[in-house]
Amino acid sequence: MIADKVLNKLQQIGYKTLSRFNRVGRASLFLWQVLLSLPYVIQRPRLLVRQLYYVGVQTLLIILVAGLFVGMVLALQAYIVLVDFGAEESISLMVSLSILRELGPVFTGLLFAGRAGSALTAEIGLMKSTEQLSGMEMMAVNPMKYIIAPRFMAGVIAVPLLTSIFMAIAILGGYFVATEMLGIYEGVFWSQMQNNVDFYDDVINGMIKSLVFGFVVVWIAVFEGHDCMPTSEGLGQATTRTVVHGSLAVLGLDFILTALMFNV
Amino acid sequence: MNTRNIEILVGAFVVLAVIAMVMLSLKVSNLASYGGDDDSYEIQAQFDNIGGLKERSPVSAGGVRVGKVSAITYNNKQFTAVVTLQIEGKYQFPVDTSASILTAGLLGEQYVGLGPGGDEENLVAGGEIDITQSALVLEQVIGQFLYSKAQEE
Repeated sequence: MIADKVLNKLQQIGYKTLSRFNRVGRASLFLWQVLLSLPYVIQRPRLLVRQLYYVGVQTLLIILVAGLFVGMVLALQAYIVLVDFGAEESISLMVSLSILRELGPVFTGLLFAGRAGSALTAEIGLMKSTEQLSGMEMMAVNPMKYIIAPRFMAGVIAVPLLTSIFMAIAILGGYFVATEMLGIYEGVFWSQMQNNVDFYDDVINGMIKSLVFGFVVVWIAVFEGHDCMPTSEGLGQATTRTVVHGSLAVLGLDFILTALMFNV
Repeated sequence: MNTRNIEILVGAFVVLAVIAMVMLSLKVSNLASYGGDDDSYEIQAQFDNIGGLKERSPVSAGGVRVGKVSAITYNNKQFTAVVTLQIEGKYQFPVDTSASILTAGLLGEQYVGLGPGGDEENLVAGGEIDITQSALVLEQVIGQFLYSKAQEE
């Protein structure tokens, strides 16, 4: 009896492990197929522009609001710490470096996973459960080229653009709080920043991070949509997985990229 | 929504992102100071001790920023630190100019201060500053102070 239970348990563990590997394999093959379909998108920019509207323009508002408040809060917190050391003029340095190196790419990645990634998964998943994808295949239209690849490419393009907007608006938010509320002199604010922020080390590295995050989040989103169980329950689970796995991937990759980029 | 409106909005989005990128590069970071590298020239100076001087530290004369430290290497024959200074082309200095490593404020970052001499000839690219003064290392100063105090007693 007990031996049976142990064996059953072992078999379950083995099955789950194998299905994990199976998923990773399917996701990699899926990515390969998407990458092969990208030239089709370049030839048809109309598809791309439409998707850029859905994943980029519609995410813009939440990015603007979040960026503004993150910048403002950072400036306040930096002031509280720095004023004790009489170094409140370094507030701009603290705000700009933390935004450019970490918060800009990470926040944008997380917000993108929640706002656009989940929508992508739900849209593609619903197409699958209502058999629109198989319908296309019946009409000899490759859904990989026509549906998946434009969404993938639009996401990969949109995330760095959104990140640069987030960074700019957050620094402007910090600037507003520092000069209007805390009475830091405007010239000091910008000159401290320019003297210490390096374009290649800080700005470009932040943009590279955002490119990686965008790639991974969109990959997870379109794969989950394409791979979901074609039921309402499966669709819900897939959407949740997109947000959870997307966010975790952003945070985990951020650690690795930071360790690589800033020679800690 | 029709295609035209979508295209307009996407265009606005991309323009906004480009504006943000321009602001990040020119207003926030030091990209602007990379410009004008074309007419700048490099001179070298040897120091016994450079303290906390780093690459990209400012070079100033009379408090005005005239260039930056572009490279720091160690001369293994003379056992000195070789600092390469990149000076903007519009500034010229006499050959007997002196260079010293100074600290901005009590604990601030270190920079190279140039003290112009009186010679008629100017330093050219690849030239070397002979009169140098090393960085003030706080531990050494305190050590000397304690030593002289102990001798007095």
